[in-house]
Amino acid sequence: MGEIIILADVSNNILKDSTAEVVTAALSLGDNPIVIVPGTSPDVAANAASNYDGVGSVIALQGDCFATYDSAAWCEAIASVSPPGHLLTSSSSMGKELAARLAASRNATVIQDVIHVDGNSITHPIYSGKANEKLALNGPSVMTIRSNIFKPTGTSGSASITNVNCSSDLRTTLKEMVAKASEKLDVSEADIIISGGRGMGSPQNFDKLYNVAKMLGAAVGASRAAVDTWEEIPHSMQVGQTGKTVNPSLYIAVGISGAIQHLAGMRTSKYIVAINKDGTAPIFRHADYGIIATWEEALPILEQELGALLG
Amino acid sequence: MVEIVVLVKQVPDTNAKIEIKDGRADLSMIKWITSPYDEYALEVALQHKEAIGGTVTALTLGSARCDKTLKDAKALGVDKIARIDVSEGYQDSSSVQSMLAEACKKLGAEVVYCGKAAADTNAGSTGPGVAEKLGWPSIANVTNVSFEENSLELMQPSPDGQAKIGVNLPVVVTCDKGMGEPRRANVKGIMMAKRAMVEMIDVGNFEGNTSVIEHSSPPQKPPGKSYDGSEHVPEVVKLLRDEANVI
Repeated sequence: MGEIIILADVSNNILKDSTAEVVTAALSLGDNPIVIVPGTSPDVAANAASNYDGVGSVIALQGDCFATYDSAAWCEAIASVSPPGHLLTSSSSMGKELAARLAASRNATVIQDVIHVDGNSITHPIYSGKANEKLALNGPSVMTIRSNIFKPTGTSGSASITNVNCSSDLRTTLKEMVAKASEKLDVSEADIIISGGRGMGSPQNFDKLYNVAKMLGAAVGASRAAVDTWEEIPHSMQVGQTGKTVNPSLYIAVGISGAIQHLAGMRTSKYIVAINKDGTAPIFRHADYGIIATWEEALPILEQELGALLG
Repeated sequence: MVEIVVLVKQVPDTNAKIEIKDGRADLSMIKWITSPYDEYALEVALQHKEAIGGTVTALTLGSARCDKTLKDAKALGVDKIARIDVSEGYQDSSSVQSMLAEACKKLGAEVVYCGKAAADTNAGSTGPGVAEKLGWPSIANVTNVSFEENSLELMQPSPDGQAKIGVNLPVVVTCDKGMGEPRRANVKGIMMAKRAMVEMIDVGNFEGNTSVIEHSSPPQKPPGKSYDGSEHVPEVVKLLRDEANVI
C-alpha cells in the first residue's frame, strides 16, 4: 500500500501543534510515517517534527514558492517529494484545499475532517455533523484530520531529516495584503471562541464579548441572526451552516438560542458553555455548562472571575 | 467570449433532520435544495458575463432529481444547463472530480466557479480537485471578484487579513458569501426555465477508491450541567479549569 505520508501544518515556517494530532492518526494506518515540512526556511519546523514520537523520517522541503500561498504551486512541489501511499494533513482551510489537489494529482480519494481511523475504515462527519459516514478504503487516499479529536503524539523522538530543495512556478500573484483592522483573532484560527447572538441587543454590546475574549486569547464569533441584523457584525464572524464551521476546545454562546443552522457550525466543539436568559433555548441541550441568566448579569461576573483566575 | 461553467449541487435542505435507517441516512422524505454557496457561485458567474460577455453553463452531477437545481439556475439567467447522469447514492470524490473535469473540457470551460463547500459534505474538495485534474490554478473561499478580459482579481481571506490576488484564465474559483445577495428569478426566467432542455454529458466511468460501510448518528452528548442564575458563573469558571481543563 506504500508509505504513510504526513504534510506538516506550517505557518510562517513555524510548525503548528495540530501536526502532532495528525501523527497520531497516521500511526493507526501504519508505522514510521514520513513528515514533509514545507517552507522558505523549514529547518526549525523540521527539527520540531523530527521530535514527534513514532515518526520514521522528515523531509525539510525548502522552496521560494512557499513565500506566498498558491495551491497549485504548493501541490506540485509537495507532490514531487511524496511517495505513493496514504497522505494525511490537518483540516485547516489551507490543509483541506491542498488535500483536495494532492488527492487529484495522485488519483486518490480525498476524505475531509476525519474523526476516526480503524485499519482501513475511516469515519468523517456528513450533513454538518448530523450523521457520521464510515468509509472503506480500497485504494490510495488523502485525508485531513479534524482538530481536537486525536491525542497529540509525544515529543521524545529523533527521526532523521533529509533536506530537499524544490522550485515551482507560482500561478497567481499576490497584489496586495489588506491587513486586518485590528489584532482580532479569526474564529477559524482560535481554540476558544465566545459568540454573541441577537440577544446581545446591539452591536456595541459585543465589546463586552471582546473584553472576555482578550482575557482568554479567544476569538469573537456571531450567530447568523446577529450578522443579518447588524451590519457592524461582518459575515467573517458568522459561525454556522452558511458561515464558518469551528471545532474549538471551548465555545461560549451568549444570547444565542441555538438554531439548527448555528449548531451545524459549532456542535463538535469540545466544551460548550451557554449563557441565555431563556431556559428553554435549544442551545442548552447541547451545552456542557448552561447558565440561565441575562448577559448583562453574567458577563461582568465572568470577566471578574477570569481576571482573578488568569491574572 | 468567455466560456463560464458553474458547478452546482443539489443537497438535502440544511434545516432537515437526518434519520438513520438500516445503516444509511434516510433521505426519502427530504426536501432538496441548491447548495447555498453554489448560489453565490451562480451570482458571480452571471456578474462575470454581464461585465465581460460570455456564456454561462450550470453543470451538475446526479440523477434526474437534480434537474430541478439546473432549472432554478436557468431561471436566474444562465445560458445552458448540463448534467452528468449518475445513480443515487454515494459518490467517491476522486471519480466525481474526474467526471466534472472531463465535462468542463467538453464544454470548453475557461473559468469554473463553484461554492466553497457543498452543504451536505462540507468538504470543499471539488473545486480544487477539479482544478488539479484540469492542470489549472484554483483560488478558494473568494469573497469578491473583479473581471478583466483574460484575468481576474480576487479577494481571499488569509490568516493575516485579506489577500488581493491576480490570476490569468483558465482558473477555478470557489465562492464564499460577499458578492451581494444572489439574485432571484423573475417570472420570465421561470417560464423560460420550464422549456429549457438539460444537455446530458457523457464522460465515461471513473473508478473510485472508497465505498460506504455505514452511516450512523453521532453519539449523543451526555446531558450537561445547568445552572439557574448568574451567581453560578464562578462555579462554571472553576469547572472549566478543574473539570474540563480548557482555560
